[in-house]
Amino acid sequence: MSNLVFKYTIDGNDFTRAGEASSDTKGKLKRMGLPPEAVRKVAIAMYEGEINMVIHANGGEITVEITPTQIIMTLADNGPGIADIEKAMQAGWSTASENVRALGFGAGMGLPNMKKYSDEMTIDTVLGKGTTVTMKVNI
Amino acid sequence: MTVNELIEKTGYRPLNVSSGYREISGIYNCDLMSVVMSKGFAGAAWVTIMANINAVAVAALTDMAVIVLSEGAALDSVMVEKAKIQDINVVQSDKPIFETSLEIYELMQNA
Repeated sequence: MSNLVFKYTIDGNDFTRAGEASSDTKGKLKRMGLPPEAVRKVAIAMYEGEINMVIHANGGEITVEITPTQIIMTLADNGPGIADIEKAMQAGWSTASENVRALGFGAGMGLPNMKKYSDEMTIDTVLGKGTTVTMKVNI
Repeated sequence: MTVNELIEKTGYRPLNVSSGYREISGIYNCDLMSVVMSKGFAGAAWVTIMANINAVAVAALTDMAVIVLSEGAALDSVMVEKAKIQDINVVQSDKPIFETSLEIYELMQNA
């Protein structure tokens, strides 16, 4: 049986729509009857990633694949890339603008939260080309 | 206590109440979205000053019962539209965060 796949295009210019992909995915996983804890982890990890794509990378594409054992989220953008992944993974470190902070983001918790709520996370980033984050949550 | 009962007892202004039957399971306070995402819980009355569209998204993702905008936080019409679409209850209190939370807490104790 082939795996179920959802694809989303994230609009980098529209902060008001940030979170719609995560919200849609959460609804779908819930309706499929997947375990609530796995759904919660996906919702948190994907929302943080989606927000990051809007804040830092001018949007991109998110693919969610559901296998019999895992939910795999691939977040790909054509943004500036991450110069120092080690720093970016540190809680509290952020390059977000004042505007973004005023909305309750930019506290340097996005990537740490994504790692915390996924069972496996990899980051492929090339400066000036973009970043692809893959997160897997076990079912 | 349901969201409808909360409004009745407190007089908080309903900005969007599309599912007033939701039962309030507890009170949550925080204005930092990443923390709210991980600590917010289903059925919570989230007392906050974050009157923006992202608050609605976070409330939907965490399945909270109601956003209680405190300190008379400025109403954003885009937020209310979004709340209607996402079916998220939003009410407004003029009191500060602590007083608002305490008021809800006491009502829950006596419910």
